Amino acid sequence: MCLAVPGRIEEITNDDGLARSGRVRFGGVVREVNLAFVPEAIPGDYVIVHVGFAISRLDEKAALETLSDLTRIFEAEDQT
Amino acid sequence: MSLPYVGEYREGEAVARVIAEIRRVATRPWTIMEVCGGQTHALVRFGIEELLPDNVRLLHGPGCPVCVTPAEMIENGLQIAARPEVIFCTFGDMLRVPAVTGDLQTVKARGGDVRIVYSPMDALDLAKRHPDREVVFFAVGFETTAPANAMAVAQARAQKITNFSLLVSQVLIPPAMVEILKSPECRVDGFLGAGHVCTVSGFAGYHELARRFRVPIVVTGFEPLDLAQGILMCVRQLEAGRNEVENQYSRSVRPDGNPHALELIHTVFEIVDRPWRGLGVIPGSGLVLREEYREYDAELRFSPDYVAATDSELCQSGLVLQGRLDPRDCPEFGQRCTPEHPLGATMVSSEGGCAAYYRYGRHARTSGTGKNVRP
Repeated sequence: MCLAVPGRIEEITNDDGLARSGRVRFGGVVREVNLAFVPEAIPGDYVIVHVGFAISRLDEKAALETLSDLTRIFEAEDQT
Repeated sequence: MSLPYVGEYREGEAVARVIAEIRRVATRPWTIMEVCGGQTHALVRFGIEELLPDNVRLLHGPGCPVCVTPAEMIENGLQIAARPEVIFCTFGDMLRVPAVTGDLQTVKARGGDVRIVYSPMDALDLAKRHPDREVVFFAVGFETTAPANAMAVAQARAQKITNFSLLVSQVLIPPAMVEILKSPECRVDGFLGAGHVCTVSGFAGYHELARRFRVPIVVTGFEPLDLAQGILMCVRQLEAGRNEVENQYSRSVRPDGNPHALELIHTVFEIVDRPWRGLGVIPGSGLVLREEYREYDAELRFSPDYVAATDSELCQSGLVLQGRLDPRDCPEFGQRCTPEHPLGATMVSSEGGCAAYYRYGRHARTSGTGKNVRP
């Protein structure tokens, strides 16, 4: 039910408050998505989309930190 | 090229290394519960549960909104959907959930206009296109789906669409976590927080819960690497005797959630006590339309007759939802109860614990590991 997938904003098609929307690419598929809850998101950003609504803008820095935390675990393992 | 934010979280080798680290740090038996059907599905689908050491056990909590929607509410839906003027719109996984007199599929077979939609906004579009009909959306969901449902109502008002209403069965996760933790039968040592629920709601409210019940809560994503890392973070806390709220899914979840979504939710909905299928009434666990938006409430608009419901005596989904029964230990599992002929909701929705095990895990059981939980 809470399935939500990341997609990349291609363009903003409506920049008007609650109706703010844009074209979002999910792999090979492009869909119109409501962007009212991510007013800060701009073309090129990745957003998490649930039932036609972007509910967050993905934070690239946080994503890289998550992956680098793991790399640290692996490095520590490799040294033992 | 793999999809950014997905491919790198599905690297088999990386997952295997995190699992190896879990094996290294877990010195005692720990039981971790996730409360999100999407996570349940992914954990079973990707076989993560089978890779964990025997002393780290997963319980699959009440994380499927379809499963916890009371049969009485579904009966309301059946009655409304059977009305000739109504186009009844729902997410697909609600169609076959059994209530007392049948399911939505049965209503559709008898001529009811029941349609599967992807978004509540699709239902609103139908209302615009069919001004002579009443369009009702079955608004089932957790915090994640509440902004979309709130938006549908807000847009209906803004666009003066009057032939649209919601049958609201919105529930909130933290009160259900409290209910599970309060039970003397509680077996949960730590929680994986639901990543998309927290994307909307944030996790500020979880700190008090973690302190009060002395449980670590790790807000976790949905890809195999997210899940393995969330479990590792939780086990590390347990081994160190910490009870903190941590955020594994920080690429999507901010501590205060999505303020724009929360603002609209609280404009349109208010919090009430709500019954959960299999768990009973949980205080402060549901959303209903506020007074100012009651005109969009399908229950008030159509006043369906109350039909008292009792679940099949053979169905133990209440125990499954509380993590007190492993679906595979239910005598009806895969026997009288299958996704084709479900006895209860946890077998119907693909996100229910029983259905997930039936689909992916029924042959993969590790025997004699003490992993099986009995009531």
